Amino acid sequence: MLTKRIIACLDVKDGRVVKGVQFRNHVDMGDILELSQRYADEGVDELVFYDITASSDGRVVDKSWVNQIARRINIPFCVAGGIRTIADAKAILNDGADKISVNSPALERPEFISELAATFGTQCVVAGIDSRREGDKLQVYQYTGDETKTIKSKRDTVSWAREVTRLGAGEIVLNCMNNDGVRQGYDIDQLAAVRAAVTVPVIASGGAGDYVHFADLFRQSDIDGALAASVFHSGKIPIPTLKAYLKSESIEVRV
Amino acid sequence: MIAIIDSGGANIASVQFALERLGAESVLTKDVKIIQSADKVLLPGVGAAPIAMQNLAEYELIDCIRSLTQPVMGICLGMQLLFAVSPEGNTPLLGIFDADCETFTPAQGRSVPHMGWNRLSKQQDHPLLAGVDEGAHVYFVHSYFAPVTAQTIAATNYGDDFTAIVAENNFMGCQFHPEKSGLVGAQILRNFLEMPS
Repeated sequence: MLTKRIIACLDVKDGRVVKGVQFRNHVDMGDILELSQRYADEGVDELVFYDITASSDGRVVDKSWVNQIARRINIPFCVAGGIRTIADAKAILNDGADKISVNSPALERPEFISELAATFGTQCVVAGIDSRREGDKLQVYQYTGDETKTIKSKRDTVSWAREVTRLGAGEIVLNCMNNDGVRQGYDIDQLAAVRAAVTVPVIASGGAGDYVHFADLFRQSDIDGALAASVFHSGKIPIPTLKAYLKSESIEVRV
Repeated sequence: MIAIIDSGGANIASVQFALERLGAESVLTKDVKIIQSADKVLLPGVGAAPIAMQNLAEYELIDCIRSLTQPVMGICLGMQLLFAVSPEGNTPLLGIFDADCETFTPAQGRSVPHMGWNRLSKQQDHPLLAGVDEGAHVYFVHSYFAPVTAQTIAATNYGDDFTAIVAENNFMGCQFHPEKSGLVGAQILRNFLEMPS
């Protein structure tokens, strides 16, 4: 049986791992290579590196660390952040990343997803979606890496999720912005709505604060994986303890 | 020397890095002579079967690969290329194994692509599986699969049972990515490297 994936997200700023609350107040969490190696050793299933400043500054992620990570760790990883051209994506994939994730540039020019999928295959292309609940609506946000540049897009989250998969995204990472960093649990209703709308894997992001939040997510939805950052980086939830807990709750995980 | 066939896809560096971690020297190449004289040959592949086959044809590697006598291992799409036909554009493949590849149909609880860690179920003893536990997890990313055949040495279930590792004579293939499958993947690559050339 395919296991539920536990994914550690490393927000990268100027070559360091950082984390903020609801995308703000970034605090230094450590060295990329050291943290990546630690997670691989502890049994995390996958890593995602987001250069959170790249899109909004109009620059591409500094690639030197992609190659270093690929040389060192033996688990899959995805790189996100300001990937705007086929050449940007190619350089990152050739350096050893398994997937590239696009967010704001796909909102600017949706056909970019099709071009990536046609060139590298859908399995390499992840669509990152930053979504905020506003009353009854689920709204896609853009340029969330920089608070001063964040804008509300014209897109509704569920229709945008359908659109990106139609264009060729092979996976969706749905970041529920209201929940991000506040550690009150995942937005399961929102995640389930997106899950039901598409056939590709959907990864939950935003809200993990305790062990039970992971179990609730996997019990109450068909979500394929759970992504978290601060609870892993701070050591509040060690990966081996989380995996053992989920296994004891009869949730299929790799231990 | 290990030859890694450059079929034009992205993410080939990962295979080379995995070999580096195991202390093996490799060269990324599409040169027929280098491939023919290599101790072992790896055929990685990410992307689409029609494009990969078109590239192999363009580099005049189709007959070259079919006639290799040293250990050859296809990885992911590279494994599927060893089979007969891909449903992607109904593309003829290398035909070393005579079954046709199939497509995963999405269903509830079955997202496609099949992406993530799933279990190996041993079907036959084989040197590639030395030191690999029954039920060990490895990392998959694919939308197409090869069915279980008489040459399947490990299978995996994702709604359907499919070939995770195939082997006959000097030709082998892994549907998963051994280079990204932690210690289990490293063990399988080590087993491949230790085979007599």
